[in-house]
Amino acid sequence: MCTKLLADYGADVIKIERPGRGDPARWIGPFLHDLPHPERSGLFLHLNTNKRGITLNLKTETGRAIFFRLLATADIVVENFHPRVMPSLGLDYAALSAVRPNLVMTSISNFGQTGPYRDWSASDLILYAMGHEMWGTGQPDAEPAGMANKLNLHMAGLMAYMATLGAFFGAQFQGVGQQVDVSIMEVLASSIDRRAPSLLAYQYCGERAVRIPSVHGVDAPPFVNYCADGFFEITVGINWWAEFVSAIGEDWIRDPEFKPPVRTVQARERFDSHWIPWCMARTKKEIVSLFQKAGIPCAPLNTTEDLVNDPQLTERGFFIDIDHPMAGRLTYPGAPFRLPASPFQIRRPAPMLGQHNSEIIGELGYSAGDLEVLSAAGVI
Amino acid sequence: MPGLPLEGLRIVDLGVALAVPYGTMLLADLGAQVIRVESTQVFPNQTRGILARPSKKAVETMAPISGGYPDREPGERPWNRFPWANCTGRNKLGMTVDLRKPSGLAVLSRLVRISDAVVENNTPASLERLGITYEWLRAIREDIIYVQLSSFGQNGPYRDYRALGLQVDAFCGHDMLRRYRDRDPSYNTWAVPSDFAGGVAAASACILALLHRRRTGQGQHVDISMVENFINLIGHIVMDYTMNGRVQESYGNRDPDMVQGVYRCKGDDRWVAITIATDEQWKGFVAAAGNPEWTRDPRFTTVTDRIRNQDALDPFIQSFTSQYDHRDVAELLQRHGVPAGPVLDDADAFADPHLKARGFFIPVSHPDAGRHLYPGMPWKLSRTPLGVRTPPVRLGEHNQYIYKELLGYSDEEYRELETEGHIGTEYAPHIR
Repeated sequence: MCTKLLADYGADVIKIERPGRGDPARWIGPFLHDLPHPERSGLFLHLNTNKRGITLNLKTETGRAIFFRLLATADIVVENFHPRVMPSLGLDYAALSAVRPNLVMTSISNFGQTGPYRDWSASDLILYAMGHEMWGTGQPDAEPAGMANKLNLHMAGLMAYMATLGAFFGAQFQGVGQQVDVSIMEVLASSIDRRAPSLLAYQYCGERAVRIPSVHGVDAPPFVNYCADGFFEITVGINWWAEFVSAIGEDWIRDPEFKPPVRTVQARERFDSHWIPWCMARTKKEIVSLFQKAGIPCAPLNTTEDLVNDPQLTERGFFIDIDHPMAGRLTYPGAPFRLPASPFQIRRPAPMLGQHNSEIIGELGYSAGDLEVLSAAGVI
Repeated sequence: MPGLPLEGLRIVDLGVALAVPYGTMLLADLGAQVIRVESTQVFPNQTRGILARPSKKAVETMAPISGGYPDREPGERPWNRFPWANCTGRNKLGMTVDLRKPSGLAVLSRLVRISDAVVENNTPASLERLGITYEWLRAIREDIIYVQLSSFGQNGPYRDYRALGLQVDAFCGHDMLRRYRDRDPSYNTWAVPSDFAGGVAAASACILALLHRRRTGQGQHVDISMVENFINLIGHIVMDYTMNGRVQESYGNRDPDMVQGVYRCKGDDRWVAITIATDEQWKGFVAAAGNPEWTRDPRFTTVTDRIRNQDALDPFIQSFTSQYDHRDVAELLQRHGVPAGPVLDDADAFADPHLKARGFFIPVSHPDAGRHLYPGMPWKLSRTPLGVRTPPVRLGEHNQYIYKELLGYSDEEYRELETEGHIGTEYAPHIR
């Protein structure tokens, strides 16, 4: 994700993969037509747009020699191996910056480059459990709940991108190259999505964020509500109560006990006895449009199908089609941010494994014959 | 000591609520001088509190995340004690000005003249209505960078739709993708990863634009839709639809390629997250569990078997984890090469040896909130370490310095602006 964003906004990103199987993401789905194939993983195709790709075995001396020659013209190195790997290959920041003094090296890892968990293994879910607000997420009668699959890893990638840009700015204009140590656990622990404020609130008042039951534990209306054709999300509370009452415009809503905070179970049940039928008689679209006219934050609970067909995203031309030699023409998410003077551009699809070996390694002076030898030796 | 990466840059922070205040804090951490511009005459929702002056009783009924003022006391100046705001305020300077008045716009104009970028995420078109547009900013400073973060973007049919992070998440499909597998999304706890992502995107785009300006001398108007930014982060799930026509359902805590879940441990409401992806990890798990009979069940032989039969496998895994403390079982599994980690509540996090060893929490003294440990930096720099240079900024804290030193107002002008209601450190009495 980090290097995708660098590439999407113009950097010449050279992806280095191990010969043979390549990046493990090539083997993670979703796959085109559900048939596992290293050039047809939606995950890999999405995360590697605009990159050129080579294969290189960094465990060989020749592989490392080629790496150092590439490094001589590089501004940034981004890696997310286990923290022990780069030093064990003789590729720690000291070795790399000896070749490129102003180098920015971004090292993304589960727990950071130091500390007692440095060598622990983890996953998206485990990092959320340890770093983020999982314990307070979900229902008290069920296990703590996570986020969408791989979301945390991708958010950490976005943060690593920001950190890399910041460090690169410093390298360019303060003359300070350095290593950026991104611990995914700490990215999540400092997240403004509930975790950082919950940690601070614990410091302030000694109370933890707990899992609150969605039925009788919160104000009316709750955030997520059923309606005729699905669900919608609304925030009312004290801030939008007046607007909410006038948007509904019916007598029942004027019951003074409905005004937040709703203090009794009876009042909440009486509210629901009006509110649920009101919602069930209307569609998502009707409800969102009604409350939006009243200036109340409200949105449908969409599916991915809804997104691809959404009028707003269509009008803005968000989704883009990209051709790929082995995956064909597919629709991808487009620009995450719009900078008209230095825009997101698709120059090429994700690289096939070793696609640019001869172009990139060839430019270093290796002949076609040399490349064959390197290939036979398992270096590329 | 070399300078921080963004030292010498000045950023105007017109942000409200979460995303932009968070994003500009990341720029402040990197050394930019971030000036938070607020008003004593307007109380934006969910920024320095749900209400400016909540009663002690109101505070007590709120969950800690919103009502967790120090010692559950709103105090004399509650707006300087609100946990959300105090998580986005470090390393910033703060001033107040009423931008609804022409004299307020004149103040902003002076500030823009000496600044590199302006960042905002107000309700759509609300700054435009005040006359603050890219064209206006550009007339003041030709190469200004203007970053606007909004829910849906600066054009299109939903441009003026109101949405908080909750609604952005819902719109992007996230509520459907993270619900419990056996419950509908009305059982979801509210979450705002789109605010986190939006803030990081605003900071990233701002640096990108600054880099471009260094090269070309050109400023620009950056338009970020929180929806579009968030969809990028679930792109692989969206592509299952565009490639295969499949609308993915929630996996809950599971994963299509691995055995994964959150399992009960010994003690009250204690849990461990475990991921078993490979045969090697399964062997490690079996050894850690003491090689019990059930691990030889033919339903659990291969990776595919275990994923397919996870409903049958889960109770067995839990029969093992429930004998242990959540930390102990995670350590035991890690020693056997199995990815595992305890579910850490807010108290656990402060006791966590790793976060301690890394110096993640930082003690900060705040004049209105007292001395506490704050969650620290999301990442580390090797040569110019990031840190808390100044505590979370209070409302109008640096008015004197900014108006007089930076903007060149005289003492007399300062007093006039004070009388006009621009300058202050407390919300106007009419604000509840």
